[in-house]
Amino acid sequence: MPDTARPLSPHLTIYRWQIQMMTSIVHRGTGIFLALGSALVVWGLFALASGPDAFASVRAFCESWIGLILLLGWTWSLAFHLLNGVRHLLQDIGLGYEPRQFVRNGWLVTIGSFVLTALVWAAALAQRGGA
Amino acid sequence: MNAQLRTPIKIARGLGSAKTGAHHFMVQRITAVALLGLGVWFVWIVLSMLHMDYAAARSLIAQPLNAVLMLAFIVALFWHAQLGLQVIIEDYVHAHGLELGLQITVKFLCFLGAAASVLAVIRIALATAPLGS
Repeated sequence: MPDTARPLSPHLTIYRWQIQMMTSIVHRGTGIFLALGSALVVWGLFALASGPDAFASVRAFCESWIGLILLLGWTWSLAFHLLNGVRHLLQDIGLGYEPRQFVRNGWLVTIGSFVLTALVWAAALAQRGGA
Repeated sequence: MNAQLRTPIKIARGLGSAKTGAHHFMVQRITAVALLGLGVWFVWIVLSMLHMDYAAARSLIAQPLNAVLMLAFIVALFWHAQLGLQVIIEDYVHAHGLELGLQITVKFLCFLGAAASVLAVIRIALATAPLGS
């Protein structure tokens, strides 16, 4: 696939696994997935502008099994990308580069993303129950 | 010596990251900071719309403050998405033709997504303002 035949770094095959490998690639993965999710934002807003029937079909999609699984995925992706994004912004101003801190806040972001997802879905379920 | 009759600075200008290299980095961070607040607001809006019927959900977005924040969210979202996807394509797609095609496709889709969403918010905000109440 590359146009050039220059040698590439074999880093992935010789490094032992570290949390920062996961946070780095998952930040990109969640970014791609969230970009795909923007299609639902467009569809939702268009439906809201169009009328009750269009809005009902968006709601039906969101309440289907595929919709719920995707929404759960997008919630966690947003939580991870948001928290790890804050981590990146703090790194940009020079904070958290000490190896121990770097590893620890990688785990904090990972665990925090699941906690945040649980909180949002708990709020969503409470809304449905209360209504 | 110089067959093109150009000075070295003329040949070098516009290549590499000189002067404008930090712009992409800065805009990516600025839109990230904007999306911190707007993203949390968006999740809150969606959560509060869950139990609403169509009319209530529409009038929630039609409120001027919410309409403005939604416009800001859309612009920041698609701008940030375009910048991020651009870097991912630059890093992993090494075939020139495919890379160029993907880069242009991503830019077009992000602009279309933003334009469509902005139009929808304007329709929501303007249609209900004088007539609805």
